[in-house]
Formats: sequence, structure tokens, C-alpha cells
Amino acid sequence: MTFRRRATWLSLTLALLLIVLSACGKGGNIAGSSGNKSAKEAADTEKTTLTLLIDNQTAIDGIQAVADEIKRELNIETKIELRPGGTEGDNVVKTRLATSDMADLMFYNSGSLFKALNPQEYFVDLTNEPFMDHVLDSFKDTVSVDGKVYGIPGGSTVGGAWLYNKKIYSELGLSVPKTWDELLANNDKIKEAGYTPVIGSFSDSWTSQLVVLADYYNVHSLAPNFAEDYTYNKAKYATTPEALRSFEKLQSLRDKKHFNDDATATKLEDALAMLAEGKAAHYPILTLVLTNINANYPEMMDDIGAFAQPSDTADVNGLTIWMPGGIYANKEGSKIDAAKKWMEFFVSPEGVKAYLTAMKPEGPMPIKGVELPDDTYSAVKEMLPYFESGKTAPALEFYSPIKGPSLEQITVEVATGISSAAEGAAKYDSDVEKQALQLGLEGW
Amino acid sequence: MKSTKSLYSYGFLLPAGIIFFIFFLLPTIVSFFFSMTRWTLTDWEFIGLDNFIMFFKESSLNIGFRNTFIYAVMTSGTKVVLGLLLAVLLTSGIRSKDFLRSVVFFPTLISTIAVGITFSYLMHPSRGLINTALAALGIQGPNWLGDPALAIYSVGLVDIWKGVGFATVIYIAGMMSIPADYYEAVDIDGGNAFRKFWHITLPLIRPAMNSVIILSFIGGLRTFDLVWTMTKGGPGFSSDLIASIIYKQYQGGFYGLSTAGNVILFVIVAVLAFPLYRFLTKREVDL
Repeated sequence: MTFRRRATWLSLTLALLLIVLSACGKGGNIAGSSGNKSAKEAADTEKTTLTLLIDNQTAIDGIQAVADEIKRELNIETKIELRPGGTEGDNVVKTRLATSDMADLMFYNSGSLFKALNPQEYFVDLTNEPFMDHVLDSFKDTVSVDGKVYGIPGGSTVGGAWLYNKKIYSELGLSVPKTWDELLANNDKIKEAGYTPVIGSFSDSWTSQLVVLADYYNVHSLAPNFAEDYTYNKAKYATTPEALRSFEKLQSLRDKKHFNDDATATKLEDALAMLAEGKAAHYPILTLVLTNINANYPEMMDDIGAFAQPSDTADVNGLTIWMPGGIYANKEGSKIDAAKKWMEFFVSPEGVKAYLTAMKPEGPMPIKGVELPDDTYSAVKEMLPYFESGKTAPALEFYSPIKGPSLEQITVEVATGISSAAEGAAKYDSDVEKQALQLGLEGW
Repeated sequence: MKSTKSLYSYGFLLPAGIIFFIFFLLPTIVSFFFSMTRWTLTDWEFIGLDNFIMFFKESSLNIGFRNTFIYAVMTSGTKVVLGLLLAVLLTSGIRSKDFLRSVVFFPTLISTIAVGITFSYLMHPSRGLINTALAALGIQGPNWLGDPALAIYSVGLVDIWKGVGFATVIYIAGMMSIPADYYEAVDIDGGNAFRKFWHITLPLIRPAMNSVIILSFIGGLRTFDLVWTMTKGGPGFSSDLIASIIYKQYQGGFYGLSTAGNVILFVIVAVLAFPLYRFLTKREVDL
């Protein structure tokens, strides 16, 4: 009796398991076919829900505002899924793509990181969508592979800039430096006055890369062929003086002890607090942190300015910029039509307006015909002259698909004196080799 | 007759055997192959031993090997000694020993990630509780996790705190299984407590001690989670272990390279652990 009962239970459990498994396998297809047949009717009557995967480092107020508007206008609800940022987040994205577990929409970097994902396999081709006419060509380049465009801009551009505390600058009678030596001289005066000249936040190690990465405008101006030669293994950081200079600048900050003493234990949040509270004068960082500062210190926003990382001569002075992350539609998603409508709205004037109302831009938007509102952050206003005079260059990662994954550790080493600029540059050159081989680039 | 009987009993091993084969043996074998390819999740290309050559050229690898070895020896050594002392204390007649046993064992139950995050805040050089307490005593505490020369040892200390309870429990189990007769014999011969420990306890807990040594040493060699939550291998590469180097290569998308790294780690653990195990078990005494 007991045995028979047990056997019944076992077979029942097994049968149930099989049903569940088979349902899992076919679920996507069933939803997909019915979705195609009656997509139009469904959009009018039924509520559609799209999932959007985004990293937890990006401020999502703007995207959320557009999503709310989309829900009101198109009856498409957006469910936001958060993932970690940095290389850890890349892992989540790559794993979810490879296991066909990606959300309907994905927010992810544009440029080389995106191109390394093998986009043609995973994302919907948007090249011929009429709404793509709104998007600036310079942005499209960063989300295109083999002439096909896969993404819309997910926000405003971002500068790799030196944020500075204007109160300290006016207190000490300093002016914005046009050369690297002027910057170091300013730092010396700031240090004498008892403030931290430059914030290092190496506990969040990605922030340590900025002095090297934000120097790319200078590298690009002085050695215009570097990006291409570097991609095809004809130029190296260690042997190209203009590029090695980026590492040397980082080392000079360390040599002159311009970083805070506890830089290795300082996190991004601590750094922003130091800058906003006027304990430190400079922070070389991506201007996307302006949104974070505004969240915690809205009354301090007028005290924070931005300037481009200076070169060695005053006549080469421009800003290195990052294109915003893109939003991409999952090719294997079951609601591609809804995803396209979502994207169309996002880049439409209504969408952009909703975005800018909810979130002040960290730089100009790469969407045509958008003007920044008057209450834009003062740091962003200080970045505008670089844009207006054409003195901007996208960062190296938008020109070249190779960006070594260990750069952040190497720059921490240079910034803390574990290795010299020359050693750091050489280490980075060999780090890059792995990426180039994995991508199968020519010349490696 | 005999053969059918043995076949019949093997049938019972089959379910476990299949699971073991599919989830443990097969991936191990497959990983040996993939360590010689450059692969993505959809595609692969055979490249011979290039991954191993590149792995050994990794600039941080020397640091990784040194740190892994230091870490394994330091944490397992301390756990073996400290665990033994705690076990002796907790099997003696002291009051509230049940309570104390739980206290010693509790850190083992907490998630490593939670421990790592907690201690990375406690060890902050200026705001952390540890240095604040030291400052109250007039001592300037070090930059525990930010000093490249110190970071790996700081993580090791936390590992010991977390793992010593487990070692202690194994020791206690070993000590409880020693028959009381032996101790009575020492009493009759007029031996003191030290003699009991030296001549009875120590030789007879040999199997327990070997388990502690092997488990904590292998655990130390393949530690990853604690280091990753506390320092991410930093500052720079100064607290990288072999496991964290492999993880970073995986993060970079160099799957073939990180598979090769795992094969190397497997070989290292095997080469160190098997002889150690043989050496230790040879000297065990039967009860």
C-alpha cells in the first residue's frame, strides 16, 4: 500500500515536472506567434509590459519619466530590471544574451563594448526605422556594425572632465588651467591652503582611469592616427610619446602627492561629497556624476564647474566625450513591435521633453533639434563652449574596439606608485592583446 | 552468483553516478578541451597551448601565485593552531561552554559576502570601527585594505575569524571520540594535564587535525569570494589570487584563457593536496 502510494506520488511529480519543463520551452514561441497575429488589436486594448535591463550606476529618473509617459500614451508598461555596472554587469549581459534570457529592451554602453557583444545576432536592426532620423549620425556610428544601426541614445552625452569647486577657485584667486603645468601649479596652491587638490576614489577602481581616458582628446589631436594604428597593433601606449603622456600625467599627480591620503579606501560617493562640501578642489571624472551630486547636494550645483583635461600646450585644449549608452531591442523578444513603438516615443520630441523635465542633462543630447533648458547645471554650461567650437573628441573606446579590461587596476597602480607610468603603459599594452585576440582583429 | 550480486548493488549507485558524471566529471573533462580553444558562448577556435602561454605571461600572475600561497599557508596554519587551542578550551570543564561553542561557530554560518562587506566598512582607515577604536587607545591604525603591502593579510585575518569555528568543531568532534579510559590511565600514572594533552589528545586527534589541515589548505588555495568582496584584488593587483585573476579574465570575456587558468588551478591544488594528504594520513594512529 505504502509502496504503491509512493510510486503514484513519484510518477505524479515526474509528470508535473515534465509539463512545467515543456511549457517553459514552448512558452516563448506561443506568445510570439499570437503576438504577431494580433499585434495591432492587442496594442489598442490590452496592456503590454516590456522589460528593460539597466545597470544600477545610471540615474534612471529620465528613462523612468519617458516610460511613465509611454504608459499613458501607448499603454505599454515598462518594468525596469537592475543589474550591476562595470565588468560585473557585462557578465550579466553576456550571460543573459547567450542563454536567450535577455529583457525586451536593454540599456548598455555604445561604442566598442557594444560592438563586442556581436549585436547582429542579438538585437533588432533599426537602420530603416523612420524614427532613427531624429538621432545624430555621430551617435549612430557608435551603435552600428557593418552599416546597420541597432540602438537609440539612452540619454545625454557625457564629458570626461575635471570637475572643480568654484568656491575654492575664487577663494584662492585661481583660474581654469589651459596647460598641464598650470593645473599642477593650481594644485600646489590648493594643497598649501589645506584642501585636497585632486580626489582619487580608487576603492571604486574604475574612477582611476579618468586621467588616462579623458586625455584622449589631446592624444587624438597630437597623434591623429593613434587609434587606428593601435587597433591594428602598429602603435603601443608605451612607445607612442603622446599616448604615454596620459599615464605620465597620472604619475605626476602621484609624485606631487596631489591625491587624498586615503584614496585607496575612498569610494565614488565619498569623492562626490568631498567635492560638493568644498573639502577638495578637483575630481577628474565622467560628468554623469553631476546627476548624483544634484541628488544629494542640489544647492551646491552652482559651485561645481568643469574643464577639459589640459594638454602641454594651451592651443590644444578640448574635451573628451562619451556618447550615452544606447537602448537596444532584443531580437528574440516576444514583443518587438511594442519595443519599436517604445523606442520611437523615446526619441520623439515628447519623449525628449519628458526626459529633460525629469533629469537635467549631463551634456547635450545626441538627438536633433534639442536645446538644453536654462536651468542646466553650471558644469554642463561650462562644457558647451567646447561643443560649440568643435573642440571635442569621442573617447578612444568609440574609435577602437579594444579596451583592456585591467586598465582600472593598472591606473590604480600608477596612481598609488606601485608602478611607474612607463610600466603601467607597457602592462596595458599586453592587457589589450588579450582583447584583440579574443575579437580576432587583424595584425595581432 | 557473486557477479550478479555485485552488479545488483551497483544499480543503487547509478542515480548518484549519473549526476556526478553529468555535473562534475563531464564539465571537468570538457574544460580540458576548451582550455585549448578561444571560445565564446556560441563559437570556438582551437589554438593549442596559446592560452597557457598567455596565462603565464600575465603580469599580475606572480603576485597571484605568491598571494595564493601566503594566503593558504597563513589561514590554514592559524586555523590549525588556533582551532586546536579553542577546542581544548571548549572541551575542558569551563562554564557556559555550550554557549561559547556556539559563539565560536557563528561566524561560519554567516554568508561570506556579508562578512566581506561588513569588514570592508570596519576596516576603513579613517571612519572604520577598528581604526576608530585604535585611535581611542592612541594608536594610529593602518590602512587595512588600501595599503598594497597589507591588503592580503587583512583579508586573511577576516578569513581566519570566519573559518576558525569550523576547525574548532572538527577538533571537538575528534576529542569527544577519544575514550575516557586513556585519560584515566594517565591519571593513575600520575600525569598532569599537559601530559594528557601531549601524549593522548594530540596523537589521537590526528585524523581530525588532518581534515582541518587539508580542508583549510585547499580552501585557502581556492579562496575567491572574500578577497573579491573586500578588495577586488586591489589596490591595483596587490591582493590578487589565482582565482581572482581567472575571474577577471572571465569578466573580460576571455573564456578560453580563464578556462586554461582553471585547469592550472586544478593542477596546482591537486599537486599540492594529494601528496599532503598521503603524507598526513600515513602518520595517523588507529584508536
